[in-house]
Amino acid sequence: MSVLVYAENTGGSLKKSTLEVISYARAIADQNNTTLTALSIGDVDNTELKALAQYGADKIVKVSNQKLKNFVNQAYASVIAQVAKSVDANIIVLSNSFSGRGLAPRIGVKLNAGVIDGAVALPEQTDGKFVVKKTVFSGKAFAMVELTSANKVISLTPNSFKITEAAKPEIIEEFNAAFNESDFRAVLKEIVQATDKVALPEAEIIVSGGRGMKGPENWGMLEELAGVLGAALACSKPVSDAGWRPHSEHVGQTGIAVSPNLYIAVGISGAIQHLAGVSSSKTIVVINKDPDAPFFKVADYGIVGDVFEVVPKLITAIKNYKATA
Amino acid sequence: MKILVCISNVPDTTTKITFTNNNTQFNTSGVQFILNPYDEIALARAVELAESTGGTVTVINVGEAATEPTIRKALAVGATDAVRINAAPLDAWFVSGQIAEYIKNNPFDLILTGRESIDYNGSKVAGMLGELLDLPSVSIIKKIDVSGTEAIVEREIEGGKEILTIPLPLVAGCAEGVTEPKIPNMRGIMSARTKPLTVIESVALETNSTIIGYETPAPRGQVKLIAADDTNQLVELLHAEARVI
Repeated sequence: MSVLVYAENTGGSLKKSTLEVISYARAIADQNNTTLTALSIGDVDNTELKALAQYGADKIVKVSNQKLKNFVNQAYASVIAQVAKSVDANIIVLSNSFSGRGLAPRIGVKLNAGVIDGAVALPEQTDGKFVVKKTVFSGKAFAMVELTSANKVISLTPNSFKITEAAKPEIIEEFNAAFNESDFRAVLKEIVQATDKVALPEAEIIVSGGRGMKGPENWGMLEELAGVLGAALACSKPVSDAGWRPHSEHVGQTGIAVSPNLYIAVGISGAIQHLAGVSSSKTIVVINKDPDAPFFKVADYGIVGDVFEVVPKLITAIKNYKATA
Repeated sequence: MKILVCISNVPDTTTKITFTNNNTQFNTSGVQFILNPYDEIALARAVELAESTGGTVTVINVGEAATEPTIRKALAVGATDAVRINAAPLDAWFVSGQIAEYIKNNPFDLILTGRESIDYNGSKVAGMLGELLDLPSVSIIKKIDVSGTEAIVEREIEGGKEILTIPLPLVAGCAEGVTEPKIPNMRGIMSARTKPLTVIESVALETNSTIIGYETPAPRGQVKLIAADDTNQLVELLHAEARVI
């Protein structure tokens, strides 16, 4: 009985969502009075790996086989399941990232484990039950899901658990994983990475534009606003449907669900499908010229006004604030 | 090429979600059910690929008789035939196990799902099918093409994408970008009535999760309106009150 956390990296660095899952897994290990092993796969140097101990891993296991330099869904799932068995882990924690979503179900089958994808809180463990809260109906509600299997796989929604330091001794071990050739049928040809952009699912601040922006040529001011805030850009469904912005920026019920600290909606009326994807944002600011826009009903702060006048003023105000802060 | 598309029957996106029985049951009263929007994308791409390679598209659903209008819609969009496994879809483990059992006896070259269902927001069936059938799986794809016995797939990653080649057969979960959903035409709707829809009984399988209750998000307080020319005040509130900048 122990907890295993998969510490995802991007190009050798640990991501913020990885520190979130380490903190989350540490808290689960504490709930169960057991140990936490963190597993890193791929090329991550030991200096970087030591952060895993700083955030609560009792032991760090690394698998640095050259064949695993880049993400291979089947092979990674196999490594995680092998390490879980070797450290006798019955709870496996990972991020509900794009890669995590591919891994969790395969690990679940390998370990005969129930899977919660998109957990938003620590498990509630009372009367021998193990219950995890997750988002359902694309953010319109939460479900309390009981896992009844002995082994459990939990993927955590980014931005839903606070990173907490809990320094442990730095113990790093190598693990020699076994492979089947058939684990490498999927072959990576190319990674296309927009390195200068903040990834939407993990963003702490999001600036989002709707039809009120009138056309793709007007996105410059939203890019500038996002730039001064260190924010990611998003949009509503009509905007991506019209081809003004890529589908990867579409936030809402049929797009990406996000839970940033701050969501700034510019020229978005707030259809129920859009609200579903943003309702777990901590603070919502709405800028819209229509005082009856439904978005104002779920906003914390609102400005009724012409977005083409308000946004440039807001950029200036933030620049002034940043200059004096 | 034989393509299988796994489909779910879900509440329409405009549905206001409420619960009954002390918040333990989803209130389906008055709710319109639709083909899961991501499955619609998977189906539309399957129909395109079948047309260009001279193949067939089978849709499969684990559900009770009430899901048949959704299955007929999939047939109207262009699926060749349909299979309904007669059981309530208890959890992802159960659904994946049922579909895997069917595929073991009826192999396919390509198995597509939606990236997730918009009701329980699991994105598990594609990966579970892959593992149960020992096939490669890709969780969230933005593009898929087939060339001979190989698929070329674009997978979404944080802030970018990966391009992969994978030999058939494989399982992939389709997201926006793969193609546009197709609206059935009158001929499709007419022919859907007579296309084969086979109902098969489920196999005995355990579940390993149960929903024991629901919560709705806490309502937000009254919105604070700020004058359009006073953006400094907004910045001050975001800093001092909301503490988000």
